[in-house]
Amino acid sequence: MRRSVIALAVLMTWISPALAEDWVPPVTDPLVQKECGACHMAFQPAFLPARSWNRMMDELSDHFGEDASLPADKTQAIRAYLTANAGDVQMKGRAWKYMKWVSPGGTPQKITENPDFERKHRFADKVWKDPKVVTKSNCPACHRAADKGYYEDD
Amino acid sequence: MIRPILVAALFILPVAALAADSARDAILADYATQAKKADVSFTAFSSQRGEALFRTKWAGGDPRTPSCTACHTDNPRNSGQNAKTGRTIDPVAVSANPKRFTNRDDVEKQFGRDCKSVLGRECSALEKGDYITFMAGQ
Ligand code: HEC
Ligand code: HEC
Ligand code: HEC
Repeated sequence: MRRSVIALAVLMTWISPALAEDWVPPVTDPLVQKECGACHMAFQPAFLPARSWNRMMDELSDHFGEDASLPADKTQAIRAYLTANAGDVQMKGRAWKYMKWVSPGGTPQKITENPDFERKHRFADKVWKDPKVVTKSNCPACHRAADKGYYEDD
Repeated sequence: MIRPILVAALFILPVAALAADSARDAILADYATQAKKADVSFTAFSSQRGEALFRTKWAGGDPRTPSCTACHTDNPRNSGQNAKTGRTIDPVAVSANPKRFTNRDDVEKQFGRDCKSVLGRECSALEKGDYITFMAGQ
């Protein structure tokens, strides 16, 4: 009995990441969807480690050249959501592979600079210059269900 | 069963539209008070001045966004596209999107960001009121 439970547990941990391989848990919090989805899609927190999100929430007044600052209570609530669902906390789904590339103390701010992203997105210049695309971070331009966490739709 | 739902729908739809209109009116009234405080000769907002604000190539802020039309397009009844991120933006004309300009915090937050990006400065209460007045007639 005990043996088969252990065997099952081992099997589960072995299968479940495989099952979730092509899926990245989407943002479900309405505040995060609204405030972090105003200028671009609300990126899934699993693509960056918690310390990256902490740094980003500290620096919202200069967010890639934008002033994305918010009242303190909202900043706090969003920070809590992003860090609780960060890639190094949840450790599952497709974005988990991204965590392998993040250096132990590093606080990367761009998902699109992760080597796993780069590996899958080696396209000709004209693809990136397409007026529908504009920039690498415009995931929904190519992945129609990006906001639902699906990136293998093409 | 269907009748009461229909009747309810007939009542609720206009009521929702009215609520949106009154929320927008309250925001405009606020801007009018501020505009009057800034300049006693202020009488009313102008849809024409609002349109000029919308179409002028200010080129005072981010080079990617010389004018409001860079993201909201020449026709405010159409969907726009964010020139920095590529994301689609719902129409800003009230006729195409009745929820527009009904949440004070959102309106203020967005004027703050967008005026800085296009004009390189804050918009005045007069400019904000003119802009909403233009969009409400679109
Ligand atoms: C005022 C507009 C605005 C708001 C609001 C905003 N962002 Fe951004 N964000 C940008 C811009 C512009 C970029 C740069 C996009 C590019 O160059 O491709 C960006 C980039 C990013 C990136 C990096 C994308 C990449 O290239 O991998 C992340 C992650 C991000 N934002 C997260 C957030 C989070 C979290 C919030 C909410 C707290 C937020 N953003 C709110 C404008 C905004
Ligand atoms: C210009 C179009 C384009 C943009 C923009 C884009 N992608 Fe992709 N992406 C693709 C294509 C095409 C593939 C498939 C490449 C392959 O299978 O080798 C892909 C593959 C992926 C994969 C790998 C899926 C798998 O096979 O496991 C992930 C994850 C992904 N993209 C995430 C993103 C994220 C996150 C963004 C935005 C930050 C983004 N992509 C933006 C076109 C794009
Ligand atoms: C960088 C792209 C961009 C530019 C340029 C831009 N906007 Fe916007 N605007 C947005 C986005 C994104 C939203 C919010 C998304 C939404 O509400 O659908 C928005 C929404 C607004 C709103 C809020 C509407 C509401 O219902 O709350 C106002 C007000 C506004 N814009 C005014 C302006 C003015 C005035 C200009 C020119 C001075 C301008 N915008 C230029 C991107 C832009």
